Amino acid sequence: MSPELGRFALSLACVFALAQAILPLIGAQRRDRRLMAIAPGLAVGQLVALAASFLCLVNAAITNDFSVSNILENSAVAKPLLYKITGVWGNHEGSILLWAMILGICGAAVAAFGRNLPSALRARVLAVLGGVAAGFELFCLTTSDPFDRVWPAPLDGQGMNPLLQDPGLAFHPPILYTGYVGFAVPFAFAIAALIEGRVDAAWGRWVRPWAVAAWAFLTCGIALGSWWSYYVLGWGGYWFWDPVENASLIPWLSGTALMHSAIVVEKREALKIWTVLLAIGTFSFSLSGTFLVRSGILNSVHAFAQDPARGIFILGLLGLVIGGSLVLFAWRAPSLTAGGLFAPVSREGALVLNNILLCSLCAVVLTGTMYPPFMSLLFGKTISVGKPFFDAATIPLAIPLFAVMGFGPMLPWKRAQLWPVMRRLWVVALVTLAAFAVSLWGLSGVLPVLCATFAVWVIATSATDVANRIALFREPFSRSLQRARSLPRSAFGAALAHAGVGVTVLGLAAMSQAQHRVVEVHIGQTERLAGYDWTLTNVQTEPGPNYVAMVATIEIRHNGHIVTVMHPSKRSFNSQNQTTTEVSIHTNGLSDLYGVIGDRHGTDADPTYVLRLHYNPLAPWMWFGALIMAIGGALSLSDRRMRIGAPRRAPLADVVAAE
Amino acid sequence: MKTALRLRRFAAPFLVVALTGAPLVALAVDDPAEMLPDPKQEARAEAIGSQLRCLVCQNESIEDSSASLAKDLRKVVREHVAAGESNKQVVDWMVARYGNFIRLSPPVTVATLLLWGMPVLALVTGLLAAFLVFRRRPQVAPLSDAERARLDELTRGR
Amino acid sequence: MSNDISPSDKISPSGRSGGVTRRRVMMGLPLVGAGVCGVAFWKMLAGMQTGSFNPHDINAPVTGRPVPSFTLADQPPGAGFTAADLKALSKPVLINFFASWCIPCIAEMQALLTVQKRLPVWGVAYKDKPDNAAGLLKHAGNPYARIGSDREGRVAIDWGVSGVPESFLIAPGGTIIWHSAAGLDNDEVMAGLDATLKRIGG
Repeated sequence: MSPELGRFALSLACVFALAQAILPLIGAQRRDRRLMAIAPGLAVGQLVALAASFLCLVNAAITNDFSVSNILENSAVAKPLLYKITGVWGNHEGSILLWAMILGICGAAVAAFGRNLPSALRARVLAVLGGVAAGFELFCLTTSDPFDRVWPAPLDGQGMNPLLQDPGLAFHPPILYTGYVGFAVPFAFAIAALIEGRVDAAWGRWVRPWAVAAWAFLTCGIALGSWWSYYVLGWGGYWFWDPVENASLIPWLSGTALMHSAIVVEKREALKIWTVLLAIGTFSFSLSGTFLVRSGILNSVHAFAQDPARGIFILGLLGLVIGGSLVLFAWRAPSLTAGGLFAPVSREGALVLNNILLCSLCAVVLTGTMYPPFMSLLFGKTISVGKPFFDAATIPLAIPLFAVMGFGPMLPWKRAQLWPVMRRLWVVALVTLAAFAVSLWGLSGVLPVLCATFAVWVIATSATDVANRIALFREPFSRSLQRARSLPRSAFGAALAHAGVGVTVLGLAAMSQAQHRVVEVHIGQTERLAGYDWTLTNVQTEPGPNYVAMVATIEIRHNGHIVTVMHPSKRSFNSQNQTTTEVSIHTNGLSDLYGVIGDRHGTDADPTYVLRLHYNPLAPWMWFGALIMAIGGALSLSDRRMRIGAPRRAPLADVVAAE
Repeated sequence: MKTALRLRRFAAPFLVVALTGAPLVALAVDDPAEMLPDPKQEARAEAIGSQLRCLVCQNESIEDSSASLAKDLRKVVREHVAAGESNKQVVDWMVARYGNFIRLSPPVTVATLLLWGMPVLALVTGLLAAFLVFRRRPQVAPLSDAERARLDELTRGR
Repeated sequence: MSNDISPSDKISPSGRSGGVTRRRVMMGLPLVGAGVCGVAFWKMLAGMQTGSFNPHDINAPVTGRPVPSFTLADQPPGAGFTAADLKALSKPVLINFFASWCIPCIAEMQALLTVQKRLPVWGVAYKDKPDNAAGLLKHAGNPYARIGSDREGRVAIDWGVSGVPESFLIAPGGTIIWHSAAGLDNDEVMAGLDATLKRIGG
């Protein structure tokens, strides 16, 4: 499989994508069944071609084909096999190809799972996906060709940044991209609906699973990225409020709003125009965020090769996709009919409040991220917007969101009264009060206390919600079990995802109380942090495959009993004249002990070592909570009502499901 | 030499990283010798430092960075704190030299009003829009003549 | 517009046409917002290509200020200088912070050698070993009339220097009237310096 074959496959995919963009659209307009019916075939063909192209690049990486400039710049003979493969998407060109392939997978998935969709809708959705894919494949072929050759081919590559040689980072991009790209499907549904001029409950039902799936991937992707920065970068923190991180948080926030407003469309046929706008907005944020970072406009710690010429192409593509869809929205949305009515206090009302708060958060993060370049452009002034701003501006908006999350799912649809719902929550109120007392005692600062309290509130209400639905303790246990079995999985999924948010927020609140010390010690010296005694017992040099490591041995004792022995190390890489620190983390689920070794000082006879020791309470909960959220999403997806085009259940089941 | 303008200064060590997608994070495992002996003063210095941006890094505070300028600025902060200056005095000293760019949390001015006002603005806009929609839309819309006719037709059909 | 009858479409029969127009305007707002952002991004990218817009610039607020007080030790082959020396001058002078370990500085040397033919250039070796700095000047040519050594980098902080190379134009009397955080080997930077010199009649 030569690189030329890869480029040919990519061109072929592009041709398929263009055909997929044009033919089914014409078919749907003319009601031509044959033209509409070729869309799924083209989508699958496009995926096969893209996969072949991708495999060619992977093959070039595995076989050390340094005549391919992309491999030359990012790989080396000495690189372990796993990272040769994952390194394919660790650079600009490869990551665009991966992006295109995931878009291809989305198209093929719609083709495969969308058999029960109305044929015109399916044709239009696939056409939109094809159009977006064609844009990326053209971008890949013209300005970011991963198969570019160099001649003569050097004997060895330039190697990869050692920071990237990590399993966490290897799988972070594919998962994150699946999240970003996954929102292309709701986007395509929104565009198709605008073309058709119809949004109804069925549309909401079809869109929701795709939004949930993309959201679950994005959640995992963000959590994985944050976890990676926690355990690889060794600075003890987990979130920079860096533009690249914000670029993933913005679509996550609007995507979360979309997932919830789609429920209102499905159940009540309300918020239709708003949901369409959210679907367009979420994908637009996914696109523009990732690509603005690559253009170099945003000041980021994650610097991709920054090339303004490439930026112009990207901007044109963004203009076409986002501008085009918003023109369509401005033209067609006014003719969409408004839908079901509901009182402000109702399930719909709570979901509207959820949307307002999530979108406000989204607006704050977006404004904070984009303010510096705009200030610089408009007023010639340079400012920085960093962690202190984001912490101060987002947490006060997040707390009311947690409050609404608690009782929102318990309100009935259409019209509700708060009091009867509140009355059922007396146990939760007691638990929350207890949590408030504990946080007052254990945490310092107003915001951490409030966050922790509301996190417990969210977890407790989610549990109560499920308990109420299955009438736990109100009816015999066997009867409750029976109810639990017939309760739709999406209800469990939602409760689980909400509880996951609570777990994450508890972790965040506790992490505000993290302690750390930087000490310079001799071998055998003991330092105390957070009630633990940390003793540096040994430091030795160990050779690695393409680096030399200085490995420390630190014994940690608590009240004289040994808790763990950790081996943080510092690696000096031969190829790129770079060093990385390998953090050592000991976790017991409730807290992390986190050790980093730094420079060596002193004389050869009596060396001293700089150690950075962290005590991070509830740190694992931040990512564990994200995992619970994603599992909640997956559980919802497994609900047969969520499956696209699945026939409605028998009326009886619907009554049970009708909350 | 236009790239030199953009990737100017300290560019050489970063260039390698800039070609990949990796964060340009320099780690601050620092010299404990630079910390102040008084833990209260040290804590205050850390609090000030975490509000100041490492100028040559991206979005990192000088406390988090091990870039050499960040190290120097950390030292300056500690000298000023040890001399008994207030937090505001130290930050002002930095802003006088490097402008507001050095503050990770920009001051509230006319130009940053939109930034700082965004949380309230977004929330109020959202709530107002929802309020207007609820007010404009009566709980039960009266039937139009056409609908009434259709309803009659349906009931008669039964 | 569809002819479908829907209850919510006719809430206010009197204001219906006004409602629809307002609705149209509202639905157009996202497009307007995205359009404005798109134009802004295009301007940024275009500016980045010509060098007129640099999102990474710090823009330290130094122009229009008197030079900070400082004393710099000698850096061979030149003699060090102080703030008083700059204030005593009757002609403009260019102050250039450089270091032998900085690649853009080495790239800039040729441009400085041209500049020094019409404008005195004084150098400051930033966080550099005196031997290394002297070695660079021996190798690449010495554009500096006087050279001070800022080993600790503390004088640079008072000047608002965030990295090297960085240049300041000092008017007679010791006021900073122009500043660039980029190398002088850039046409845009050079044009800015020329314009400032012309303005003060230098």
